[in-house]
Amino acid sequence: MNMAFAFDCGLAVVVTGVAGWIVLTRATFGAVAGFVGFGLLLTLAWVRLAAIDVALTEAAIGSLAGALMLSATARLRPREPTTAVGPGPMSRVVAALLSAVIAAALAAAVLSLPDPAPTLTPAAAEHAAATGLGNPVTNVLMAFRAMDTLLEKVVLLLALVGVWSLAPDRFWGGRPSLLRRVEPGGTLDFLARLLPPVGIVAGIYVLWEGANHPGGAFQGGTILASMWLLVLMAGIAEAPAVGSRRLRLTLIAGPSVFFAVGLGGLFLGDAFLAYPEAVAKPVILVIEFAMTLTVTVTLALFLAGPPTREPFP
Amino acid sequence: MSAAVFGLCGAAAVGLGLYGLITHPQLLRKILAFNLLGAGVFLVFGVVAHRGAAAGFGGDPVPQALVITGMVVAFAATALAVALLLRLFQATGSATWRADAASQASDGPAGT
Repeated sequence: MNMAFAFDCGLAVVVTGVAGWIVLTRATFGAVAGFVGFGLLLTLAWVRLAAIDVALTEAAIGSLAGALMLSATARLRPREPTTAVGPGPMSRVVAALLSAVIAAALAAAVLSLPDPAPTLTPAAAEHAAATGLGNPVTNVLMAFRAMDTLLEKVVLLLALVGVWSLAPDRFWGGRPSLLRRVEPGGTLDFLARLLPPVGIVAGIYVLWEGANHPGGAFQGGTILASMWLLVLMAGIAEAPAVGSRRLRLTLIAGPSVFFAVGLGGLFLGDAFLAYPEAVAKPVILVIEFAMTLTVTVTLALFLAGPPTREPFP
Repeated sequence: MSAAVFGLCGAAAVGLGLYGLITHPQLLRKILAFNLLGAGVFLVFGVVAHRGAAAGFGGDPVPQALVITGMVVAFAATALAVALLLRLFQATGSATWRADAASQASDGPAGT
């Protein structure tokens, strides 16, 4: 117990220290590197909070966000001003005071949380049998609060449309290009041929196991997306043209299957997104597979960015 | 008990993120700071989830699922913000919040 407590304290101190580094360090690249480390440390914190599903998501998302920031840094770097003009010392003091007050209020709230903590765990456990899934978090995501997950997928899609719409007019419908070309036979080329078979199996495994153990559509989709990105970055395959019909059908597969099942619940069952109890598990699996497809493609295209090449005639 | 430690850590991350968001002139640093702020909020919520442990589960699955959804949405927003930033850089050659532009506007009447 004491050992575990010491570990938690140490981890919390390191996480806070890295957070301070990200904010206070001068060089942008250093801050981004700190951000990648911050994501990995947070993963540990989530494990210590007994939230393995969240830890997996944090690991997956943290790495993707890190890659996104690193590539943005690389594109901005040549022109980054070395001494950017910040706000004056007075404003800094006011900002520091404001931030300290908010952090202190939040800390006080954390320390004075009500003691029999309010919880929905018994309710979630009680109804777990209705879906036939063993992982309570997947249960919540896919059944009890399925509406959130459906809308989240729509948000992903809207954000992707937002990213694409930043392309100059003449590139609309064309292909995005990833940052750099690599020499054939190099490390990236080698890894991009070696890792995807393993990664694809791992991604599908995480998706499949999500029914009963930590994992699920989102975590599995992120692994698959990173494999695809590896192949794209090594130049082994081309990023798809954003005007491609096949790509667009893949993108809407997840939300539309989800939505269709929801409407089916409205007509055949009791309510929107109510699954018939006898086939709840197969229905959820079908939704999860469709969602994984969409998540994989959406996440990879977020990193690829808006189209930068004219569509082929 | 040890969960509260991470709650304090989350509170600190929120404070640091907010400070960075306000004071950094570079927009990429603002995006980073905003992510830090969000991560702090998620961590505080994770502590709430951990306190709700019951019925053999390590934590309340409902807030955990909400945090997962929140992380995904936060990533989507970050990707959009970065894309906007890169486009801004492409269009204007600058990726910095220009304090001089704002002060010029406010100094204008004083100068004339």
